[in-house]
Order: sequence, then C-alpha cells, then structure tokens
Amino acid sequence: MNAAAAMIRTEQLTKRFGDMTALNQVEIAIPERATTVIMGGSGSGKTTLLRLISGLEPPSSGAIYFEGADLARISRRELYRLRMKMGMVFQYSALLNSLTVEENIAFPLQEHTALDARVIRTMVTMKLEQVGLRGFEHLMPSELSGGMAKRVAFARALAMDPKVVFFDEPTSGLDPISAGVITDLIRNLTQLTHMTSIVVTHDVHAGLAIADHVILLWQGEVIAAGTPESVRNSDDARIVQFIEGRPDGPIPFSRSDTSYMDDLLAREVIA
Amino acid sequence: MNGALNLCGALGRWLLGATERVGDGAVLSCRALSGLLILPWQGRQFVLQLYAIGVGSLVIIAITGAFTGMVLALQGYYSLAKFGSESLLGSVVALSIIRELGPVLAALMMTGRAGSSITAEIGIMRVTEQLDALEMMAVNPVRQVILPRIVATLLALPLLVALFDVVGLAAGYVVGVDLLGVNAGSYVGETIDKVTMHDLTTGWVKSFCFAVLLGCIATLMGYRAVPTTEGVAQATTRAVVVTSVAILIADYIITSFFL
Amino acid sequence: MHHYRRVEIVVGAFVLAGLVAIAGMALQLGKVGGLGEQGYILTATFDDVGGVREGSDVMLAGVVIGHVKKVTLVDSDKAKLTMQINHGVELTTDAIASIRTKGIIGERFVRISQGADEETLQPGDAFDDTESAINIEDLVSKYIFSGTSD
Repeated sequence: MNAAAAMIRTEQLTKRFGDMTALNQVEIAIPERATTVIMGGSGSGKTTLLRLISGLEPPSSGAIYFEGADLARISRRELYRLRMKMGMVFQYSALLNSLTVEENIAFPLQEHTALDARVIRTMVTMKLEQVGLRGFEHLMPSELSGGMAKRVAFARALAMDPKVVFFDEPTSGLDPISAGVITDLIRNLTQLTHMTSIVVTHDVHAGLAIADHVILLWQGEVIAAGTPESVRNSDDARIVQFIEGRPDGPIPFSRSDTSYMDDLLAREVIA
Repeated sequence: MNGALNLCGALGRWLLGATERVGDGAVLSCRALSGLLILPWQGRQFVLQLYAIGVGSLVIIAITGAFTGMVLALQGYYSLAKFGSESLLGSVVALSIIRELGPVLAALMMTGRAGSSITAEIGIMRVTEQLDALEMMAVNPVRQVILPRIVATLLALPLLVALFDVVGLAAGYVVGVDLLGVNAGSYVGETIDKVTMHDLTTGWVKSFCFAVLLGCIATLMGYRAVPTTEGVAQATTRAVVVTSVAILIADYIITSFFL
Repeated sequence: MHHYRRVEIVVGAFVLAGLVAIAGMALQLGKVGGLGEQGYILTATFDDVGGVREGSDVMLAGVVIGHVKKVTLVDSDKAKLTMQINHGVELTTDAIASIRTKGIIGERFVRISQGADEETLQPGDAFDDTESAINIEDLVSKYIFSGTSD
C-alpha cells in the first residue's frame, strides 16, 4: 500500500502495562477515505491500538503519525487541534449522561464553533436524520436502548464533520438487527462523506463485510494486513482459526503455561 | 529483625505512595484551577454543580446544625450549672459552633453527601468512557468536569457553614432559653459580647480550607479511580475516609494557629 | 431550558441566603461596621488587675459602659488598663475604677463608681483613684495566719 495515502501510520509502536506487553513493534498504515477494520481476539491489543492511534494514551515507545504529526510528541494544544478532525464512537457509547440527545450532539459544536444556536439545532437535526433518529432529540441517554445510544454516539462523532472516525466494538452488545443497522451506517456514511473509518471489532462477519482494509492482531502483533479477500483466502493457520472461529488451534484453547499434572499434584516448580 | 525491616520497608513504600498521591492531587487541582484563567468559564456546569453540591446539602446541613446547637445547649447547661454560671450558656454554644463544630460538622456531612457523589460521578464517567469521549471531542475533561466541581465546593461549603451556624445558634437559643429557662437577655447578651470577629474569621478560614480539601480529594479520587465497578466503589469509600481524616487533622492545625 | 432556569434561581437564592447569614453574623457578632470602635479612651493603673484582659467589661452601676482594650505592664510592677468607654457616658474626675468579680469565681470586670466632682474625665485621661483586685487567697491566708502576712 502507498504510504503517502496513509491517514495514520505507526512505527515500531510498543505499549507495555507493567510487565505485560500489550503491543509489540506494531507497524500499520491506515488508508485515507476507506474503512479499516482492526480485528483480533480478546486481549490481542486491538483496543489498546485504537486508544494509541487516537491519542488517548501515550505509547511506551514508537511513533504514531496522524497527517504527518507524531501524536506521541505534540503538545496537548496541538493534539486538541487534530482532534477536531477525529470522531470516536465508544463501545458503551459514552454519551454525557447529564445532557439530552440533542445537547450531546450539539456539545462539540458549542465548544468549538461560534455558531448560532439555531444553526446548531439545524445541524443536530441533520446528524440525527443521518442515523435515523430524528425526533428523539429530547430523550436522556438513560432512556435509549443500546443500539439507539450507539447511533446517537455516531451522530455526535459526526458533528464536527471529522476526517477520521474511530469505532470501538460498534456491534458488541447489540441485537443482530441493531448490529446490522450500525454496520450499514458505517459503510454508507463512510462512502457518502468520504471519511476514513477505523473499526475495532472481534465480530468477524461484520468486520469483513464493511472492511476495505483488514488488520489482524494476535497477542500484540500484526499477523495479517490487507484486503478482506486476501485475509479470507489466507492459509496462515492462525488467521484461518480466527476467521472460522475454531476454539483450538495454533491459538491454543488453554492459556495456562504450567503443566496440568504439576498443578494437580501441587508439585513445586523451580523457576 | 526481618519483621522490623519489612515493617520499615512497608512504611516507606506507604509514605512514598502517599506522597505521590498528594503530589498527583496537587498537580491535578492546579491544572483544574488554571482553567479559571481561560475564558469562557464553564458557567453552566458551575451552576449545576452548585445546585447539586450546595442546594442538595441544605436539608442535611440544617438538621445537623439544629441538633448540634440543641445538644450543645443541653451539655453546656449541665456543665455550667455546676458552677452556677448558666448565664454564660449563650457564649459557650456560640463559640463552640462558630469556631469548631460548624465548620467541622458541616464539612464532614458534606464529605459524606457531596464528596462521595462527586467521586462516584467522576468515577462512573471514567468507567463509561465519558472522560475519554470529552478528550476525543477536544474538550479538556479536567476543565470541564473537575474545575466546576472544585469551584462549586469552594463556594458552597463556606455558605453552608454559615447557614449551619445560624440554624445552630437559633436552635441553641430555643433549648437554652425556652426549655432550660436561661434568661433570654443574658443568653443573647453573652453571645454578642463574647463572640469576636476573630472567632468568625477562624470559622471562615476553616470552612474554606476544608472546602479545598474536600473538592480536591473527591475529584482526584474519582478521576484516578480504577475503571471498574469495584474501582469506583473503592474510590468512593477512600474519598470519604481520606477527606474526613484530612479535615480533622487540618482542623487541629488551623485551631492551633488561630488560638 | 426551563429546568435550567429554575436551577439558576434556586442556586441564586441559596448563595444569597448564605451571604446574608455570613453578613448577619459579621454585623451582629463580629461588630463590624464601627460598632466596636465607638467611644473614648481612658486609662487606669492598678497594683493588681487579677486577670482582667482584653475584652473584659467596664461597668457602671451594673451597666456595661465599655470594655478593656489593652492590658500592659508598667514600671515593672503595675498594670495599666486602656479602656474604651461608650460615647455619652460621662465620668467624674474623681471616679474610682476597681477590679471586681462576677460571682465568686466568675470572670473579672472593671467597676467604675462615680465621684462628686463637677468636672468630667476627657478622652485620654487617667483615673486617679483605683482599687486593685481582691485576692481571695490573700484574704484567706490573712484570716488564718492573722498578722503574719503583713
């Protein structure tokens, strides 16, 4: 893939939590104006990767280039300026629970633009129409179902017309219909608005369905990157296991690294 | 020998950790308060917090104030009657409330009521990624969430202490004069006579210092809560305990300065 | 928005009530606003003030007419009281200032008894005649070991 067309690029990105290495020398490139899906099992480091490339957490080492600026090295002010071009849909929507739906979507506009209240209301209506929730302006987040809350979060992420939108597990915890609605929205709005979407998910079917580009993580390392076809047709056993969802394989069922017999007999193991 | 060494080590680690947390809190509070230099202020957030923290605590403050004044009058009368100095009751009640019990009890009640909810609220915002969401919307969560709560506490607590004092004095009067039969004139006269501006200032300085402790500790504990359900629960408990102890220690120090 | 307006009004009322409480206490109890500063100064020197201190009452015929502003030691063995007497209270030049006790072990105060002179004490003047505190212990020892203490 052409590096010049990459919206976000990482170099030798490593993140450690104490002794645990969540990401190890990860190098990815996320193409502009396309949907990139980052997949992997639980604990594969995909959510950590998302938090790093959105600047929510600093890396232990390595670099993250967003439009050429290294997120790990720029000032907070500079980061906030770049954040105007980013939107994020969180796993649990993360709507501000003291504000109504309308106020939630209007919030970034009120914070960062000098727009008139009437103009903001019009924009909120437009964003809600895009996610199919016009008419729900005055509900509180606690009155929304999970799927609806996620759609509102989507509308809020779109409020500033961002170049990049991050999605953290957009379909997890939703019923199949709501999940379908969300994946459709991601696909359609990405095409419609020419934005760059980055989706982190463990949902293989939804992920492969909307992806233009797939990155597969396993234990903090990238094991595949390419088009959905190339990933689907890969003969790497780990990838096949993940795509087909088999419980045991090269990614072992048992996460224990001590001998079962030893543990049962409570034998002293000399380290 | 080994045990003593271990104890020393544990104590050292605890001290280091505590110092680190104090430093962390100071830095966070300063970062929040430096937000006051940036316009526009979060006026709306501030008003909403003042409502939750201040107005929401009114009833409990009034009840504690009233009963504190009443019990002080009873206890004071019991002691003073032994010296035949019941006429001094007014000043005993007033000085105890204004110098000591008003600020301390109001601050402790606020810690239980408002402090815990501040910590829990911010902790839940951490768990539900609302703080991250603010961050992603290029809104500084320290400025948006922490600052209004600290400032609201700084304003609300001294006001609540003043109301606590007034209610307490009135309740003390009712018990002292109407129930125990102390002469109304000498009760009021003693009160006005013995309470000086210095006593009032002591009370105000205390309530302001307690407000600083409460606001900073409660927000810090919430902001740094481990983002799980138990994490928030622990943070809330710890916020209440640490703030209460800090208030009592600070009370001793301030009193010794202002004697 | 309606809800927010109500919140604003309630918060406003709360802040106002708190400020009124603070101001009320400052005026009534803290004697802010010059109430404590009215009056004129008189001084008196005693052999023994028996624990009268700043803020102690000055009484005439059982009525508080002022209070003690300062207690200082003079000539290494005398106590000088600076008293603030309320405006409008006229004391004769031969008035006597004495230290008394409210009750048997109550607090000390300064009692003034008027004399017969026509002239009155002016601000800054000193009492000619003073009467020191009666020391109960001295009295007791005097009574028991009569003759030995003098």
